[in-house]
Amino acid sequence: MMVLITYDVNTTTEAGKKRLRHVAKQCINYGQRVQNSVFECLVDPVQFAQLRHRLEEIIDKEKDSLRYYYLGNNWKNRVEHVGTRATFDPEGTIIV
Amino acid sequence: MRKLLNVLYVTTPDAFLAKDGENLVVRLQDKEVFRTPIHYLEGIVTFGYMGSSPALLGLCAERGVSLTFLNEHGKFLASVSGPVKGNVLLRRKQYRMADSAGDCTKLAARFIMGKIANSRTVLRRFISDHGDKCNLSRIERISKGLAKNIVKVSNATSLEEIRGIEGETARDYFSVFDDMILNQKESFFMKERSRRPPMDKVNALLSFFYTLLVNENRSALEAVGLDPYVGFLHRDRPGRPGLALDLMEEFRPYLADRLALNLINRRQITGEDFVKKESGGVILKEEARKTVLEAWQKRKRDELTHPYLNEKIPVGLLPYAQALLLSRYLRGDLDDYPPFVWK
Repeated sequence: MMVLITYDVNTTTEAGKKRLRHVAKQCINYGQRVQNSVFECLVDPVQFAQLRHRLEEIIDKEKDSLRYYYLGNNWKNRVEHVGTRATFDPEGTIIV
Repeated sequence: MRKLLNVLYVTTPDAFLAKDGENLVVRLQDKEVFRTPIHYLEGIVTFGYMGSSPALLGLCAERGVSLTFLNEHGKFLASVSGPVKGNVLLRRKQYRMADSAGDCTKLAARFIMGKIANSRTVLRRFISDHGDKCNLSRIERISKGLAKNIVKVSNATSLEEIRGIEGETARDYFSVFDDMILNQKESFFMKERSRRPPMDKVNALLSFFYTLLVNENRSALEAVGLDPYVGFLHRDRPGRPGLALDLMEEFRPYLADRLALNLINRRQITGEDFVKKESGGVILKEEARKTVLEAWQKRKRDELTHPYLNEKIPVGLLPYAQALLLSRYLRGDLDDYPPFVWK
């Protein structure tokens, strides 16, 4: 299934900046960065549970926020891209 | 059934593959050109002499992602495999059976039966789709001959006999291959199967698909814990994945031959997509390889109902499904190995 993950991490402190880096790193491990704090992650339920767990360990729930948008398996009908920053289709043919 | 994941094909010659966290990163002259989480991938196939970091090799091995290096003509160079997985008892059983002439004959007969049946279906399909377009009596005749050979091979009592029938069938089948090429006749023709090197464009295309197919069969066998190098029909030879070649026999007509015919008949590739080498061998040009790989990946995503498992699976998982059935047979959970027969 495709999950869209967005976050806001409060970076006014050094600790906040560190959390931001860690959140971003975990998201990159599981998905594709489509905008600055927006990731598309194609994951199975197990992988998603892992990712969620890791992210929620990192963030400070008092200061930061995380949002998951569940796009399901037919996610391609629900996503449209306009403008720069080309992405790749993880289920399409990938030739580099 | 497992999910069919993607395969990344790297055709840019000076690309470098590296690991970053859980990501695969492709770099070109130190500039990042592609990045993907490793769990999106089932395998990575590279063409030409590119580098890869040891860390990435390790990640691929650990995650069971097959990493295959081919040279720029598609010839196999090397692949990376991690610690041997699966059940040692299963592999021992495989070796014992590969040493027994009776078991080899039985299994080889199944593989070849599947191959002949599927070759015949390629011909039958052609007759029903294009029956009005050319003189079909030759194809009809060969198709009848193949039907007889299916029976013959299932009664065969030795490997030599099976090899004989197989050779005869392949010659007959490829003798009408040219009749199934309907368009672009001036650049695509086939007199006989030639390989190492392929001497004409049709053979070049077939060889290319067969290379892709061997790799997928090899990974499928490794995934279920069988040793791809110990075959039943194909005998041991250093560096030759005998069992992958055995298993692939059933898929050649269905996956490779038909796709090659479609690409030619639909004019998706043209005579200009090939180059002739000094040796007389013919190879696909680099840009054309992309078209062909795209067609191949698209084909793998088509779905079909597996005739034995009675389950809807993507075509790309067929080698895996058959490897699974083969391991069940070797383990003794099935009385016989059911080859994939396309109806």
